[in-house]
Amino acid sequence: MNFAVITFPGSNCDMDLYHAIKEGINQEVNLVSYKEKSLEGYDGILIPGGFSYGDYLRSGAIASHAPIIDEVIRLANQGKPVLGICNGFQILTEIGLLPGTLTNNRQNRFICEQVGLTVENNKTLFTSKYDFKEKITIPIAHGEGRYYCDSETLHGLNENNQIVFRYDSDVNGSVDRIAGITNKQKNVLGMMPHPERAIENILGSADGLNLFKSMLETQKSEVQ
Amino acid sequence: MILVKVYVMLKDSVVDVQGEAIKDATHTMSYENVSEVRMGKYFEIKFDNNSNDLEKDVDEICDGLLANPNIESYRYEIVGDIQ
Amino acid sequence: MSEPTPIQIKEDKIYKTWGLSEAEYSFISEKILGRLPNYTETGLYSVMWSEHCSYKNSKKVLRKLPNDSSRVLAGPGEDAGIIDIGDDQAVVFKAESHNHPSAVEPYQGAATGVGGIIRDIFSMGATPIALLNSLKFGSLDNNQTKHLVKEVVAGIGGYGNCIGIPTIGGEISFEKCYEKNPLVNAMCIGLLDNTQFKHGQASGNNNLIVYVGSTTGRDGIHGATFASDEFSNKKKKQRSAVQVGNPFIEKLLMDACVEIIQEHSDWILGVQDMGAAGLVSSTAEMASKTKSGLMLNLDNVPQREKGMTAYEMMLSESQERMVLCIKPEFEKNVLNFFDEYNLDAVTIGKVTSDKQYKIFHEGKLVVDIPVDSLTDEVPEYDHHGIKPKRISEDREQFDPQIASFKESWLNVLSSPTIASKRYLYETYDSQVKSNTVVRPGSDAGVVRIRGTKKAIASTNDSNSRYVYVDPYIGGQVTVLEAARNIVSTGGIPVGITDCLNYGNPEDPEIFWELDQSVQGIADVCKHLDVPVISGNVSLYNEFNKEAIYPSPMIGMVGLIEDISNITTSAFKKSGDLIYLLGSTGNDFNGSEIQNQLLGRVEGRLNEIDLNAEKKNQEIVLDAIQKHLIKSCHDLSEGGLVAALSESAFDNNLGFNIQTTLTSKQMFSETQSRYLITVDSKNKESIEDLFNDNFECLGFVTNDSTFSIQTADENLDIELSEALDNWKEAIPCLMN
Repeated sequence: MNFAVITFPGSNCDMDLYHAIKEGINQEVNLVSYKEKSLEGYDGILIPGGFSYGDYLRSGAIASHAPIIDEVIRLANQGKPVLGICNGFQILTEIGLLPGTLTNNRQNRFICEQVGLTVENNKTLFTSKYDFKEKITIPIAHGEGRYYCDSETLHGLNENNQIVFRYDSDVNGSVDRIAGITNKQKNVLGMMPHPERAIENILGSADGLNLFKSMLETQKSEVQ
Repeated sequence: MILVKVYVMLKDSVVDVQGEAIKDATHTMSYENVSEVRMGKYFEIKFDNNSNDLEKDVDEICDGLLANPNIESYRYEIVGDIQ
Repeated sequence: MSEPTPIQIKEDKIYKTWGLSEAEYSFISEKILGRLPNYTETGLYSVMWSEHCSYKNSKKVLRKLPNDSSRVLAGPGEDAGIIDIGDDQAVVFKAESHNHPSAVEPYQGAATGVGGIIRDIFSMGATPIALLNSLKFGSLDNNQTKHLVKEVVAGIGGYGNCIGIPTIGGEISFEKCYEKNPLVNAMCIGLLDNTQFKHGQASGNNNLIVYVGSTTGRDGIHGATFASDEFSNKKKKQRSAVQVGNPFIEKLLMDACVEIIQEHSDWILGVQDMGAAGLVSSTAEMASKTKSGLMLNLDNVPQREKGMTAYEMMLSESQERMVLCIKPEFEKNVLNFFDEYNLDAVTIGKVTSDKQYKIFHEGKLVVDIPVDSLTDEVPEYDHHGIKPKRISEDREQFDPQIASFKESWLNVLSSPTIASKRYLYETYDSQVKSNTVVRPGSDAGVVRIRGTKKAIASTNDSNSRYVYVDPYIGGQVTVLEAARNIVSTGGIPVGITDCLNYGNPEDPEIFWELDQSVQGIADVCKHLDVPVISGNVSLYNEFNKEAIYPSPMIGMVGLIEDISNITTSAFKKSGDLIYLLGSTGNDFNGSEIQNQLLGRVEGRLNEIDLNAEKKNQEIVLDAIQKHLIKSCHDLSEGGLVAALSESAFDNNLGFNIQTTLTSKQMFSETQSRYLITVDSKNKESIEDLFNDNFECLGFVTNDSTFSIQTADENLDIELSEALDNWKEAIPCLMN
């Protein structure tokens, strides 16, 4: 499987994702600049965390106008897997591939800690290797991670099983303790916690590894 | 040159955590009579005089970039010619 | 408004308001120039001859510090020192203070402190891998201090989190003397292959000087002289001297500089950060190192404000700017390279052979002075020290009267100095880059070096109470504590950077504190063979003539040769045996318990047996390398009481101990001690290693209780009660 990690000026978890693919699941991966206009040949698109454009204006707002974005939208609409982590999640909501918005944590402070999550839907290409309702530990590191949407959108997310990860406790004030959601078609996932920082026990948890393994396994079964 | 002043505010339905923090700070400054603070963003945009439909341009810039319609509303004033 | 003429500067003594003394001014005009310096030239001398840039008051003291070992590739003098860690790799590290800016504008002061220290590291071609910080504030009993804490912590996080370098450790303490003069010291560690090492030098006639990064504005003018001046109420209005940081631009600058040094070293001769005293300091230092001259054309400098004078441009401390010295044939390559990163880069001058520093502005020659006179002809002052009256000859120890063992135990845990700082450090991204093995909260932070078996441990330590009561031994303790923190995690101490924070050195008592404590630091460094490879001095930390405690901060780096040796302070499993390595005496002067019972610290410290200290370090490292140890915690403030509790908290475990020590001695802060847990099957092997120098205290339990039996009483404390006192103290005080 060949992955693209999209880098914007100010992305800072790009290498973490790169290593997660390379060392975690031993697949091809390239860093692709925001200036590019084509993602031809890639089977999976990864949008890393960080502070694209310094999070100026609103996190993800300026990145959402970068040249590469039209191509990300095109591939997402074709059904290719697209994963946005942290700032990547914020960008995916800004460009409309995912509903809702990420805004300032309820505590109004940046929080970096290991948090407990529950896998709420294991029938997606990102979560097939997890058990339903599995408890996992993944770190968060964000100041603007409070998921917000109106009640109609929330109703839709629940109806369509789009909520994939929930926090076990209220870590940042997110609506319905939402930590990660997919689009209706389930090929675009946005999540605030960092699975790419949880792929080795020496770093505190290896619970994120199954997310990348799930993507690989789904792709393999589709090719066969 | 035309100056447009744009004000972006969080919608009332969204908790304004920064505004709340600022309100708390006014109380520690002993201004107990402050009952609410809401924080927004203010932009000054200068246009050359060659736009056909200035309001349409401003709306597009606000909807597409300056404000997030999910949580924010905006209003603007066209100040007119400045030198 | 026109600038004062050279004669007005002399007659109105304008130079004095910028910190130059009459003697210094006469030396410049009579001996160096043979004429009166103009406004811009006087400004250049005043910042370059400030303590912050020249160390004119502290140089003599600093020479005491050893700066060499078999691992040192470069010592003080570069932007940061370099230590060989094997496999053609090296680490670069430095700490710097940003005390005065943080007092005036805490968020930006702290943020730009972090930004500045990061630039010192990447200007050497090293990739920054970790940040640490040491913070000191007044007591957390007033809104002003709470505001300072909140803003400083937010500023540090705001910068480090955005640029994407993990903050892996640090320390925060609270003491009345820092109320108006907080200390903000930041440290950065970088990794490089030593062959790529780039000197910050400008050499070779006609080579070009290139400016890269943010535009130049009026911010931070006289920041360096401001940092070398005492504080008073009046100066709190001095807000314009504080710079504003832009971590986003710094991230681009960092990535670009590391890449150009690593990939295109044939294009460039030197790279230097524009830090304190901005353009003048960076370019003059570059030129003086190679005995060259320099010509700059200020009209080419990117400016963010209109009508800036030469004086303003030369002294501006606008952030996120670098200067490079490059070969002229690669000018286009260099400019295009930075353009790809969306960074402004322009050629602003060239290297000359006449050893003069010449600056042109609006077509006119506005500065023409010898380069060396800015950097090498600074007078050096030899101050006279007098021992303060509070420091007696007698080392008799305070005798703590403990009314309630339990109450005192809980009070130690909830004292802001010892209580958990998690509420503050959880706002720092400690994991970005996915290399952090030990996060903040243990003895030292640890990052592994990807692709190798190695890891780097680092800690920031200071104990200003000890240095205040006994500068010489306090200085020793500061280094020893740092070393024990490194050793406890399985690291070998390899080098030190320091921030020496003191009051006004012209006060003989304060100079004595500086001199004695640096002597203490130096003696321990020599004994442990750990060199001081970089650092910074911050003097004049006073507010309305009230000086801070003498506060040397030690940033130590240790090498862990195999990641399987990494050890943390947390108890691991019920049933593990708990050992105290090292003997306990009655060491209560300067201690937490003395401060709690008296409301102040006093009395001299007992002398330290450095051979015993070194021996215990060797025993711990040996035991860790033999994988006999499950947890290891250095004993420091709060003695055994703090160490036992902290080790229990992380995994919600309890303990059951029985000791020959008295209840009082549980609070003693004797040096050279470690709290260690061991699997019971290794009892014999570890006791063999420990020799006679230990006490087996008891064992770890999972019954959520601390059960303590001392020589004079029994005590049970619920884990939850102890944990609440320790965990909630800071959030409670902050809200």
